[in-house]
Amino acid sequence: MESERDYALKPLEQVWNDGGAYALLGPSGCGKTTLLNIVSGLLRPAQGTVLVDGKDVTGASPQARNIAQVFQFPVVYDTMTVFENLAFPLRNRGVSRDQATARVEQIASLLELRSELGHKASGLPADVKQRISLGRGLVRSDVAAILLDEPLTVIDPHVKWLLRRKLVQIHAELRVTLVYVTHDQVEALTLADEVIVMNEGRILQRGTPRELFERPAHTFVGYFIGSPGMNLLPCTIDGHFAVVGGRRLALGPVCDRARARGGTTTLGIRPEFLRLHPRRPEQAASALEAVVIGVENCGGHKIASARFGEQTVAVKLSEEDSIEHGAACWLEFPLPWTMLYADDRAVA
Amino acid sequence: MAKPNDNRAWLMMLPVLAVVGFSAVIPLMTVVNYSVQDILGPDQRIFVGREWYHKVLTDPELHGAFIRQVIFSASVLAIEVPLGLVIALSMPLHRIWSSLSLVILALPLLIPWNVIGTIWQVFARRDIGLGGVAINALGIPYNYTSNAFDAWITVVVMDVWHWTPLIALLCYAGLRAIPEAYYQAARIDGASSWGTFRHIQLPKLKGVLTIALLLRFMDSFMIYTEPFVLTGGGPGNATTFLSQHLTRLAVGQFDLGPAAAFSIVYFLVVLLFSYAFYLVMTAGDRR
Repeated sequence: MESERDYALKPLEQVWNDGGAYALLGPSGCGKTTLLNIVSGLLRPAQGTVLVDGKDVTGASPQARNIAQVFQFPVVYDTMTVFENLAFPLRNRGVSRDQATARVEQIASLLELRSELGHKASGLPADVKQRISLGRGLVRSDVAAILLDEPLTVIDPHVKWLLRRKLVQIHAELRVTLVYVTHDQVEALTLADEVIVMNEGRILQRGTPRELFERPAHTFVGYFIGSPGMNLLPCTIDGHFAVVGGRRLALGPVCDRARARGGTTTLGIRPEFLRLHPRRPEQAASALEAVVIGVENCGGHKIASARFGEQTVAVKLSEEDSIEHGAACWLEFPLPWTMLYADDRAVA
Repeated sequence: MAKPNDNRAWLMMLPVLAVVGFSAVIPLMTVVNYSVQDILGPDQRIFVGREWYHKVLTDPELHGAFIRQVIFSASVLAIEVPLGLVIALSMPLHRIWSSLSLVILALPLLIPWNVIGTIWQVFARRDIGLGGVAINALGIPYNYTSNAFDAWITVVVMDVWHWTPLIALLCYAGLRAIPEAYYQAARIDGASSWGTFRHIQLPKLKGVLTIALLLRFMDSFMIYTEPFVLTGGGPGNATTFLSQHLTRLAVGQFDLGPAAAFSIVYFLVVLLFSYAFYLVMTAGDRR
């Protein structure tokens, strides 16, 4: 018997625009690489179609698609020089020697590989090898998209940011579509115009970094993006109030829509938006009483943990805020940033 | 920070030196001892210097055995290495089938060497052997006991049957160790299957192939048991290789002096050839 569990990817539909920079973000095993390999043609989906420029390429081999891919571990052809490595995809496609040379030199300048062209590719450091892999994708002038599968995993931290900046620069210069797979939210948010968050074979949300941060469409997105992630509090709905840990928070008409959707309800708010008051604030209807149970100094800011009833929430504070461990306080949930989720999906 | 300089660290080398001394140097020295003396009896010995070496190196029978040995090693290497590689490349990838193929492939490696000789000795007989009778039934006159060429073919085929599986196993292991990303990158770069073999599989198998080539060279150059059982070195001297010639000298005629000198030369030749192979195979890495 076939069930949904047999599929690495659940049904999904995505349109990626020419020239865009996209990041596929999700934990290990969520199906990011599978999706990427389907796009590049290394895998053939059991069901569904892949369209490039409106043309069905589902059955086309990787070489027949104008898509390049860079892998987690740098792949270079050991026996060849850097130049031969870069020329390899062109020579395989019957490009003349002169044309290939011109193109390789152009890409080598872009990737700052000119001085390495005559060297054997085998003994070079990982970041240079990874630039060579990237270069093999870029040399093909017909290439419409470059897929990058966690390309910075094996790169030393101090050259990571250089390579990341290089990617942004290349994208700006060549306007080639980038699809970047990562489990690192910082990489995803800094590189991409749009981030696609995946979990367990599903696409949970697609949006700009700001949208993902401010309006997570799914509790997983709230939890996965941000450091610390969104505070997620199980709640019940009573009229226009959410009841959390025995306390009532006024949320307004959104409660009606949540009730209409049914299922379990969760209240979500980012630590950055939660406000901590030493005394009862004016907007008392959207605040509740709590006790500070810990303050963590994180350099530029502080993270306070506050407890009410059975619930613990994290609050981001500025460095100047002085707050005592064990102090009583009021937590304000500003209405625009307080999200309500029914069965983990945001209630608009 | 200054490096600590303590000569007592050399003491750590003593166990290795002791083991190597007992396992290699001392036995070798006894051979060296024989090779420079004429031993007539337990208490009668004459120092002869380089005489035995001179005698051995100018012996036409030994020259014949040496040439046959080189031809034999070259032929089995030329057949076994490419054949083993092809078998490894065409092994099934599915788990059960690949395990099954590995077991079947490894069977010849599990048979004692003298039994291998016996199996082929019977198999190739023209009167009762399955192979010998079949070939003659096809109208091809075949008799390895009287025809030198037939004897050669039989010895080479036997060696290929016996040892190609070793090369195939080594190459198979080497192929499995290549990360999938290399093949994926090659597909995206539009490489042909020849290109994939030439630029990914072959370079990645280089280490394994070096080992395989060296092992097979050394073993084939010192082959003794199988041809001894199969042909006894015949017909005539047609399949008498170096080891068998040496045994005839040392055990058959009890010429210990020349045999010892021959052993030393033999050892040096194997060492020299192996080193030359090694240099050639790894030349690219040092550049």
